[in-house]
Amino acid sequence: MTIVSTADLLAILPELLVMAGGCLVLVLDPLTAKDRKDWLAYFSLAVLGAAFVVGYWFMGALTGSPRPAFSGLYVLDAYGAFWKLLLILVSGLVILLAKAHLKLEEIDLPEFYAFILLSLSGMMVMVSGTDLLVIYLGLELMSLSLYVMAGFKRYAPRSLEAAAKYFILGSFSSGILLYGISLLFGRTGSTTLAGIRDGIAGLPPGDPILLMAMGLLVVGFGFKVAAVPFHMWTPDVYEGSPTSVTAYMAVASKAASFAAFLRVFLEALGGIKESWRMLLVAVCIATMVLGNVVAIVQTNIKRMLAYSSIAHAGYALIGLVVADAAGTASVMLYLAIYAFMNLGAFAVVTMLRRGGLEGDEIDDFTGLARRNKWAALVMLLFMFSLAGIPPTAGFIAKFYIFMAAVGANMTGLAVIAVVFAAISAYFYLRVVMVMYMKEPGETAGTPGYDVRVVASPAAIAVLLVAALGVLILGVFPDPLIQAAQSAILPLK
Amino acid sequence: MVPIFFAYFALVSIVAGLLTVSLRNPVHCGIALLALLGHVAGLFVLLHAEFVAVVQIIIYAGAILILYLFVLMLLNLKTEERYFHRRHAWYITGVGALTVELLMVLLASRFSGAKGPATVAAVEEIGNSTAIGILMFSDYLLPFEIVGVFLLGAIVGAIVLAKTPSPADLSGDER
Repeated sequence: MTIVSTADLLAILPELLVMAGGCLVLVLDPLTAKDRKDWLAYFSLAVLGAAFVVGYWFMGALTGSPRPAFSGLYVLDAYGAFWKLLLILVSGLVILLAKAHLKLEEIDLPEFYAFILLSLSGMMVMVSGTDLLVIYLGLELMSLSLYVMAGFKRYAPRSLEAAAKYFILGSFSSGILLYGISLLFGRTGSTTLAGIRDGIAGLPPGDPILLMAMGLLVVGFGFKVAAVPFHMWTPDVYEGSPTSVTAYMAVASKAASFAAFLRVFLEALGGIKESWRMLLVAVCIATMVLGNVVAIVQTNIKRMLAYSSIAHAGYALIGLVVADAAGTASVMLYLAIYAFMNLGAFAVVTMLRRGGLEGDEIDDFTGLARRNKWAALVMLLFMFSLAGIPPTAGFIAKFYIFMAAVGANMTGLAVIAVVFAAISAYFYLRVVMVMYMKEPGETAGTPGYDVRVVASPAAIAVLLVAALGVLILGVFPDPLIQAAQSAILPLK
Repeated sequence: MVPIFFAYFALVSIVAGLLTVSLRNPVHCGIALLALLGHVAGLFVLLHAEFVAVVQIIIYAGAILILYLFVLMLLNLKTEERYFHRRHAWYITGVGALTVELLMVLLASRFSGAKGPATVAAVEEIGNSTAIGILMFSDYLLPFEIVGVFLLGAIVGAIVLAKTPSPADLSGDER
C-alpha cells in the first residue's frame, strides 16, 4: 500500500494542468460577459501552452529513463512525452480553428473548449498509462468528450445522428475492449502491462483464451483508429460533426489511440507477437484497400477525408505490424506529420462557405484558385502531402513507414502500400484539378457558385502553422525523426 | 454446491441477457435486465465479493434500472415496439454458430486462470469493503480520480446536448 507522493503528482503535472484548465473554463463561462467569450479560448490556449512547456521539459529530462508513478499504473517516459507534445499542439490548433469556425456555424458555446481540454487530458492519460484500467479510462474520457462535441450542432439532424452513432458504436467497442481486458486479467492475474507480459511468458503458446483476448483488444483499438472492418462509423461521424471537431477526431484521437495501441501490444502482448502480427497484417491490407478505393467515389470532401483517414490508419498500422524500433519510430513520425497535413486540409474546409452553409462538397472547390489563390495554394500543398508527393512532409512519413517494412523483410506489404498510395493520388489530385483547371460557376446550380472563403486571423494562423509544418518537415525532417527515434518504447 | 450455484447464476444471466435484447416490449426488457443484474450479483457473492454484489444491486438494479424505466415511460415507444425482421433469423443463426465455435475452443483450454495477490483468504482477513476502500484510495487513486473527471464530463455533456437551442441559435440555416 502506497499513498500518493509529491513525485507522483509531479509526474502528472501536464495532465493536472489540462484537467484543471478544463474545469476552470466551465466555471469561468458564466462569469464572462457575452462579448468576451473569446477570452476563454485564449485562456485554454494559455493552459495548453503551460502544459506544453512542462511536457517539453519532461521530454528532455526523460530520454532513456522511464519513471514509473502511481504504484506502476502510470509512467513518465519519453514515448508518452512525445505524444503529449503532439496532442497538446494539435489541441491548440483546433481551439484556434474552432474559435472562428464555431461563430460561423452559430454554435459558439465556450463548453467546447472545456471538452477539448477534457478530451486532451483523457488522451494524455491514455498515452502514459501502463495499466489497462488506466488506459481504458483515458480512452473513455477522450471518447465521451468527442461524443458530445460531435453533437454540438444541435439544430442539425446530421450532427445529432453523428453523435448518436458514434456514442452507440463507441460504447459497444468499449465493451468489447473491456471484455478483452477482463480475459487478459483472468489469464494473467494482472492488469498492468508489465504484469501481463510476465503472465504471458508463463503460458503455453497459442493459449485460446489469450488469443481471444488479443483479438478483442484488436477490435477495441481498431475501432478507435478506424481500421477496416471496424471503420463503419467513420464517414457518417466525420461528415455530420462540426468540421473543427472532425479535424480533432481525425488527428488527435487517432494519434492517441495509436499511441496506446502500440504501447499495449508491444509492452504487454510482445510475447505473442507472431499471433497478432498475422491478424494485423490482414487488417492493415484491408484498411489500405478499402480506404483508398472507396475514397475515389466520394463527392463530399469530409467523407473523402474520412476514407482518406481510414487509409492513413492502414499505412500507420504497417509500423505496428513491423513491431521493431524502426516501426515504432515510423508510426510516431507518420502520425505527427499526418496531424499537420490533415488539420490543414480540414482548416481549409472550415473556411469555405457556400451561401450560408459550409462548403463541404468537392464541387465547392471548383475554380477556387480564381476566387482565392492563397486558399487554393495551401489546399494544393495539403493534398500533395496527403498523397505523399515530395518535397512535402507526407512523402517523408510514407517513406519511413515503407522503409521500416522493407527493413523487417515485409517487402510484399510495402509494395501493396505503395500501389495504394499511388491510387490515392487520384482522389487527392482531383481536388487540385477542380481548384485549378475549372472556372468557378457564375449562375446558380453550377459547381462553385456562390462560394466564398471566410478567412479569420485565427484560421490563417492555423493554416500557416500547418503549411509551414508540411513544408519544413518535408525538406528538413531530421529534428522530428531524431525526436521520434529517441522516444521509442524500449522493446522487450 | 458452489458449481451448481455457479451454473444456475451463469445460465440464468445468459438467458436474461438474451431476453433483454430480444424481447419486444421495452418493459419486459427492463424486467429481464433486472433478472440479469440480480444473477450477476449472485456470481459476485460466489466469488466472495459481497461488497460488489451489494453495490451492484443498489446502483444497477436500484438506481440505473429505475432511470431506464423512467425514460421508457417518457418516450412511450408503443408504436415502434412490434416488428420482426425475418433477416434476424439469419443473424441469430450466424451468431449462434460463432458462439458455439468459440465455446468449443474455450472449453478445450485450461480454466485455471492466474491468481492475483487479493485471494479470498487475504480479503477475508481485513474485510471486503475495507480492502476495496484501501486499494481505491492508495494504489488505484489515479483511476478513481480519472473516473471523477469522466463523470464531470458526462454531466456537463448531457446538459450541453439537452439544452434546447434558443431562438437566436436557430436563426441560421436549418440542416
